[in-house]
Amino acid sequence: MDILVFVKRVPDTESRIRVSHETNTVVEEGLNFIISPYDEYALEEALRIKESKGGKVTAVSVGKEDALTILRKCLAMGADEAALIKDPLEETYDGLRTARIIAGFVKKKFPQARLLLFGKQSVGADNAQVPSMLAELLDLPQVNVVVRLELEEDRGVAYREIEGAQEKVAFPLPAVISAQKGLNEPRYETLKGIMAAKRKEIPIIPIEEIGIAAEDLAPRVAVTRLEIPPARRAGRVTSGPAEETARQLVEFLHREAKVI
Amino acid sequence: MNFELTEEQILLRDMVRDFAEKEIAPQIGAFEDSHLFPAEIIRKLADLGLLGMTIPSEYEGIRTDYLSFILALEELSRISPSVCLIVSVHTSLFSKSILEFGTPALKQKYLPRAARGEILGAFSLTEPGAGSDATSLKTKAAKKGQEYILNGTKSWVTAGSEADAILVFAQTERPEGPAKLSAFIVEKNFPGFKVARIEEKMGLHSSLTAEIALEDCRVPAENLLGEEGRGARIAFHLLDGSRIGIAAQAVGLSQQALELAVRYAKQREAFGRPISEFQAIQFMLADIATLVEAARLLTYRAADCYDRGLPYGKEAAMAKLFASEAASKVATHALQIHGGYGYSKEYEIERIYRDTRVLSIYEGTSEIQRLVIARNLLKDS
Ligand SMILES: Cc1cc2nc3c(=O)[nH]c(=O)nc-3n(C[C@H](O)[C@H](O)[C@H](O)COP(=O)(O)OP(=O)(O)OC[C@H]3O[C@@H](n4cnc5c(N)ncnc54)[C@H](O)[C@@H]3O)c2cc1C
Repeated sequence: MDILVFVKRVPDTESRIRVSHETNTVVEEGLNFIISPYDEYALEEALRIKESKGGKVTAVSVGKEDALTILRKCLAMGADEAALIKDPLEETYDGLRTARIIAGFVKKKFPQARLLLFGKQSVGADNAQVPSMLAELLDLPQVNVVVRLELEEDRGVAYREIEGAQEKVAFPLPAVISAQKGLNEPRYETLKGIMAAKRKEIPIIPIEEIGIAAEDLAPRVAVTRLEIPPARRAGRVTSGPAEETARQLVEFLHREAKVI
Repeated sequence: MNFELTEEQILLRDMVRDFAEKEIAPQIGAFEDSHLFPAEIIRKLADLGLLGMTIPSEYEGIRTDYLSFILALEELSRISPSVCLIVSVHTSLFSKSILEFGTPALKQKYLPRAARGEILGAFSLTEPGAGSDATSLKTKAAKKGQEYILNGTKSWVTAGSEADAILVFAQTERPEGPAKLSAFIVEKNFPGFKVARIEEKMGLHSSLTAEIALEDCRVPAENLLGEEGRGARIAFHLLDGSRIGIAAQAVGLSQQALELAVRYAKQREAFGRPISEFQAIQFMLADIATLVEAARLLTYRAADCYDRGLPYGKEAAMAKLFASEAASKVATHALQIHGGYGYSKEYEIERIYRDTRVLSIYEGTSEIQRLVIARNLLKDS
């Protein structure tokens, strides 16, 4: 089974994010970049499917050349191949644009792909758009926020989280699946994997090679302003006997918060 | 001059850091507190291939460049210097000795299993009466037919009670001249091998340190490593390389102390402001960071000399001397920044402070490093 896993290079969630107001971008200097954590679940799932059913896992990223590091990590974890679709633009926050690029890539280079795996969203932009849009563009079935996946030769069953319950979705292959935390526990790269990854070539595919109309490559999202969220204010704790704290709470809700 | 790590070195370093933070950090406190050997962690490290980093693929290891190996040790030590030491002894003293001095049969017998982590190795030079003065050992090895019979007491053997096989140094008699050191691979189940006791130490509690009693211990003659009488050369050669690992251990510990000190200084308030706003605290942080960086550069430089095939004995001794003493200073400052809480077992810096103290003692004291450096200087000119 030919499996594609799409991965994105994102700032480490533990880094302290700074914003440049001149360019409306996140300041990259001093940031640590990682593979988006949800994408790791997607890759792990692909590797497990390959190990149990055979097949080939290809990790793909759309981005600048610095995304090669996370592709190298995918190879070290066990992906058979990797490819970079080289996008000359900085982060556009335009999910549809990325989905179009990926759709063009799949049609052109991997029409035989049976499973297209994503993280449910990339940390940083957190729009959770690309998997669904890609599925629509390619007219493929999709299941998102998946916590369990069972595959057979030409169909599968995925379990997804919904409010207070799990939904079970049956679908034919090929399909687009997006992974949620809980799907699996991603492995560490082994030393052997790292050494093997070192010897693999990662092809860099210029975006022009995919054949997407120029107007579709122009971002349709304009970032007007980027702000760091305000620091959370400290909570307030009331103390004393129950009647007293209840009275304080009502007073607070009424007079200060003005919600009752 | 190039100060950049390669993509693979970064990948490896980040993998070990990630593993250490997620798999070692949550557990190691319990092992340290109860003085238990972290066997489960060592097994997981074996699964990742980290116990075979000095063994080439023909013996089923995955030998990396030395700098990569050093980066891995540094990251392990940042979270657990005990785990780091156990791995360091297994890889850079035990496995490497067999690789470099063993017969093809000895290599086949031990290296694949050592690489896979099926056996753990240790290194035993020190005795109760001989540490720095390593050539005046009392333990004797007498050849009898197809065996050597070893008698004596070996002390301070890291992982000695857990190891399956130990590189042991003992005196062999010579018809002409005084006895000389020879090296043997001694398995724990050879008759006459006994773990006499476990040291009660100030730190590194989950790296158990054993005293070994050899009472007519029978070692097959093929387990002699190298030639008879070559033991001292073997020991000193191995220690030259593994000292870079001890320097890395010091750098990892210092790095962690630095990170803890910065974090604490920003959180703790006194006189109405974070203590990080006091210049006295800032100066301590600056000194810590400078020591860490200097130690790291000396350490990487020694590893780089090793990788380039240049002489590295002096560089290794300098790195070990500086990094181990820097670690003690770093830990002292970092604990000071923590105030009274630094003296509490609840804070990691307390453990780090104890763990750093040994770095300038084992694998050659600071005084011995100075002797090595001075000897190189005087020989060179
Ligand atoms: C936790 C721990 C783990 C260890 N693990 C191992 C192990 O796995 N295998 C192993 O073989 N050993 C191990 N050791 C032993 C360690 O290597 C020795 O303790 C060390 O070499 C010092 O020897 P010593 O303790 O006998 O001190 P001594 O040699 O007695 O030294 C005492 C003091 O005299 C100084 N001194 C000695 N000679 C000179 C000189 N010529 N000039 C100036 N000063 C001098 C020393 O620097 C030191 O300050 C371990 C020790 C510890 C504490």
